[in-house]
Amino acid sequence: MSHDSYPMRVMDAAEHGLTLPAAPLRYGSGGKVPARRDGLAKVTGAALYAADRQAEALLHAAFATAPVARGRVVALDTQAALAHPGVVQVYTPANRPPLAQHPDEKRHPFNFRHEALQDDTIRYAGQPIAMVLAETPEAAAEGARLLAPEIAAEPPRVDHDAGTPWQPEMVGFFAPAQAEVGDVARGLAEAEQVVEVEIETPDQFHNAMEPHAILARWEGPEKLLLDTPNQGPVMIAGLVAGYLGLPEGAVEIRTPFIGGGFGSKLMIYGAMILTALAARDLGRPVKTVLSRAQMYGPVGHRAGTRQRLRLGIGSGGRLTALDHEVTALASSFEDFVEPSGHASQHLYAVPNLAMRHSARRVDRGTPVAMRAPGEASGSAALEVAMDVAAEAAGLDPLAFRLSNYAETDPATGRPFSSKALRECYAAGAEAFGWAGRPAARMGRDAEGRLIGWGMGTSQYMCTMYRGEARVKVHADGTASAAIAGVDMGQGAWTILAQCAAEGLSMDPERLRLTSGSSVLPDGAVAGGSGHTATAGMAASEAGRNAVEQLISLATADPASPLFGAGNSGVVARDGRLSRADDPSRGESYSEVLARAGLAEVEGQGVGERVQAHREGYAMFSHGAVFAEVAIDPELAQMRVTRMVGAFACGRILNPRMVQSQLEGGLIWGLSFALHEEAQYDPATGRILNADLAGYHVPAHADIPQLTTLTVAEEDPYVNALGVKGVGEVGITGSAGAIANAIRHATGFTPTRFPIRIEDVLAHL
Amino acid sequence: MKPFDYHRPETLQAALELLTDPGATAYGGGTNLLDMMKCGAALPGTLVDVTALPGLQGVSRAADGRLRLGAALRNSDLARDPLILAEAPLLSEAVLSGASGQIRNMATTAGNLLQAPRCPHYALPESPCARRDDRTGCAARDHAGRDHAVLGWDDSCRAVHPSDLCVGLAALGATVEIATLAGRSEQPLAALHPLPSAGRALEPGALITAVLIPAASLGLRARYVKVRERTSFAFALVSAAAGLEIADGRITRAGLALGGVAATPWRRAEAEAALIGAAPGPETFARAAALLLQGASPSGENGFKIALAERVAIRALSEAVTPRAGQAAWPGSVFDAPKEDTPDVA
Ligand SMILES: Cc1cc2nc3c(=O)[nH]c(=O)nc-3n(C[C@H](O)[C@H](O)[C@H](O)COP(=O)(O)OP(=O)(O)OC[C@H]3O[C@@H](n4cnc5c(N)ncnc54)[C@H](O)[C@@H]3O)c2cc1C
Ligand code: SF4
Repeated sequence: MSHDSYPMRVMDAAEHGLTLPAAPLRYGSGGKVPARRDGLAKVTGAALYAADRQAEALLHAAFATAPVARGRVVALDTQAALAHPGVVQVYTPANRPPLAQHPDEKRHPFNFRHEALQDDTIRYAGQPIAMVLAETPEAAAEGARLLAPEIAAEPPRVDHDAGTPWQPEMVGFFAPAQAEVGDVARGLAEAEQVVEVEIETPDQFHNAMEPHAILARWEGPEKLLLDTPNQGPVMIAGLVAGYLGLPEGAVEIRTPFIGGGFGSKLMIYGAMILTALAARDLGRPVKTVLSRAQMYGPVGHRAGTRQRLRLGIGSGGRLTALDHEVTALASSFEDFVEPSGHASQHLYAVPNLAMRHSARRVDRGTPVAMRAPGEASGSAALEVAMDVAAEAAGLDPLAFRLSNYAETDPATGRPFSSKALRECYAAGAEAFGWAGRPAARMGRDAEGRLIGWGMGTSQYMCTMYRGEARVKVHADGTASAAIAGVDMGQGAWTILAQCAAEGLSMDPERLRLTSGSSVLPDGAVAGGSGHTATAGMAASEAGRNAVEQLISLATADPASPLFGAGNSGVVARDGRLSRADDPSRGESYSEVLARAGLAEVEGQGVGERVQAHREGYAMFSHGAVFAEVAIDPELAQMRVTRMVGAFACGRILNPRMVQSQLEGGLIWGLSFALHEEAQYDPATGRILNADLAGYHVPAHADIPQLTTLTVAEEDPYVNALGVKGVGEVGITGSAGAIANAIRHATGFTPTRFPIRIEDVLAHL
Repeated sequence: MKPFDYHRPETLQAALELLTDPGATAYGGGTNLLDMMKCGAALPGTLVDVTALPGLQGVSRAADGRLRLGAALRNSDLARDPLILAEAPLLSEAVLSGASGQIRNMATTAGNLLQAPRCPHYALPESPCARRDDRTGCAARDHAGRDHAVLGWDDSCRAVHPSDLCVGLAALGATVEIATLAGRSEQPLAALHPLPSAGRALEPGALITAVLIPAASLGLRARYVKVRERTSFAFALVSAAAGLEIADGRITRAGLALGGVAATPWRRAEAEAALIGAAPGPETFARAAALLLQGASPSGENGFKIALAERVAIRALSEAVTPRAGQAAWPGSVFDAPKEDTPDVA
């Protein structure tokens, strides 16, 4: 296809979902791997993100936010705001139009409790307390400033020590808070040695490049169009309808491009509801774009934890017991608890295994899932504990992990659907040169820097939801697929088209994909690294279903060379059907359709896991991460100089996209180990570094040579495509690998993340 | 954002007249001021953009041999200027270690000198902050952190001056040229960054027109060392600039300043005096560094910065004398020469 046919302007107000043809580029051996379908639109600026969109008579919204974490709003100077030129309306709890569902009412697990100006209580700093509507974004922002809230502040409960203890029954999304296999107390008592590691992890924020933004327009009293980046458009559109008292299907969410979500764009938040409400009330489209600072609080974060791991070591370096205790910070009004303890329950062979979560309610915004929720923080602590244990056992960290290699899931006893972790260890160690690692402290390089090598194991569950897709074959020999897919940069535009084309036995180049709107078949949420598995399988099954229909048409048609071959006697390949016993006899899809007088056939597909497989097998992606750090011996400045990750993630559909996911995971692990931390002011509960200058993520210069490898893995149980998730597994293992490398270089066992110069300085 | 007027005058006289309006503020690259305006920490009614003013541009040599850096010279241009690279590369190292390429392309010399403190409360208008607003107290008093001062602070303010460039300028003994409607004057750099105990920096309505580097400070052996967790786009936790002249095995001229530790780039005459006449070497440097840190005390959870600063000062001095092998001249971070290969383990 030529560049000319590629859309340079994408999607106007009238379209439901965006249609993209194949990208004009391919790469890889023989040009077999499709390049990003959305790539050209993005690099040319044609791809519109929600905040880029315009509408006739648009109003702009801005929020005033609470300056303290606990108390009440006593007064707001709405007159001053309304007097500012361009300001049209100010909503406060006193005049906010009614909602059909209270923001704190939970009808659905994803109805996260939020603030939509229901009352004057302040439950965290940064909470929206008033909304200003104006003709320009600048006027709205100034109106919000002029509100100059008067606050009756109360002392905030900001950290672990000040938090209110609370014992949750569930953590994460419906996962148990406690579990025990065997008898941990006995396992520890019987151990030759017991090591104990305590580690604290901070609140971290998703910090997607694209801010949360909503453009709301009413196309009728029961038709609301929301342009907003969203990781679960069909589900969230339904939930939004509930707050607004609208029937099912009344809300359409359009989300063709998402500039990063990481979990924060899967939640309901006040601005989303209020923007729609204001647009209805004022009879004009309304746009809200959260400022960077306003994304620190109302749209979720990864909760801080305190973790304590106790490992019992028996003869031959075998683990006799593993106990993982987690205290996570929770908000005062919502029940999400960071499920860190689960990270240690499926990884190493240990007969006596337990985890226990408890929580502390604090005056912070509610935590939610953030890329590898629980696994990231839990793995970071677990892998440090494993290295401490390896040293106690007198074993190399890799040898120690291998001597505790789990052949079956230690938590459930189930077999793994597939597990090529051993191969990951081998491939990663080989690429890194791990065999040369001195057991004791590493030593120095030619420049005198302290060098350390560390490793960690990666593991992430293979999530799958239920998704649907529709695929058509047209008489002109092309195809089209429709699915409410979610592309947040990971490559859904490309992968879902590849899957549909695979099901169709056609070249993806001949397929147009329509995606990015909640009115399309539900591809389910993009979270838990389960989107390709779910939506991809649905697309593939829909393609297969369309082909089956073509086969039925052909085999029943006496004029077809396939007449009488029977469904099983026909093979589909490259847009053609032919007889299995005689490939020379066949015809193209368009010939079948032409003779049948049909313009198209439409296939439907569902992606979900076979129940027996779900119940019979433990399903995880695995990997091994190796890291090298260099540390200035006097100034304690630390740099990661090399990272190698080898991963087993089932079938790899598009190596380039997988590589960017895995590299992104390693970088996030580095970020976890050395950079990310929200700092709260103990006096007010405000976040003091709610911007990208103060909240550090790695810069390019921090990213060393990264190598990601994938090892072959066939999995007949995980789903029909054989794919496992790749989006989150790379974070697990990597933070621990870096911490362990620092430990190897200095002998210092980290007690918190991120690891700071002062921590290491004290041990040089 | 509060509405404001914007002017870009083309004569110094016009700029100074505009600045007589008490709501008017000079505007360089805007990389700091705009941020402060967006968060409500600065609310100027009029911006006077100084970047079109003749006489505030470029790097030139004054008649007396000094180097003159225009106040509106962009940081990127400063860092790549041939005169600077030849005679005061320390400044290039310092500038390139700071901010990001994009910010440096906009930021100006004077703007860098007068950037707001990086105390988080300064940019939170709800927080009491005497530094931003004379009437209120200090939100950092009870909870100062790793980014706050360990030298020269008191209970009125614990913030540090965040600039890298200024640390280099301080080590070179730079002075600042200031214009008011009454005429031009020159002041030591330190006058711009008074300790909390001293008074105001620049009088209202005044403009910085240039920064001058004394001729005797040109061509020194010098080094800027900056310590921080993130390799780029991060302020210094602690930094040090050292400039030395060595003749016959003795130090004959010395400039030494620390960044990230005080409200001003931190210099002490005693520390520099201890270097003069001594043989360069670890003992001399340790003595000077100890003198430089004399009187330091934690202002919060930052006591580690005292020992760290001493080590950073020593490192800057020793690298001024003996540059590390394989180390690029900039951007002045400890880890500038990324290693490609597996290190040889000793
Ligand atoms: C994310 C981030 C990271 C950064 N990291 C670093 C770093 O690591 N190291 C570092 O040194 N800096 C760093 N900076 C700060 C940056 O260097 C400054 O923002 C910049 O130098 C300011 O220059 P400017 O010309 O844009 O100043 P402006 O924003 O235009 O002005 C700053 C102040 O100077 C005043 N001013 C400007 N020109 C004059 C004049 N001629 N006379 C009188 N007053 C004047 C203004 O009124 C204002 O008060 C960082 C900034 C950001 C945003
Ligand atoms: S330390 Fe200084 S800048 Fe920070 S709040 Fe106190 S007075 Fe303001």
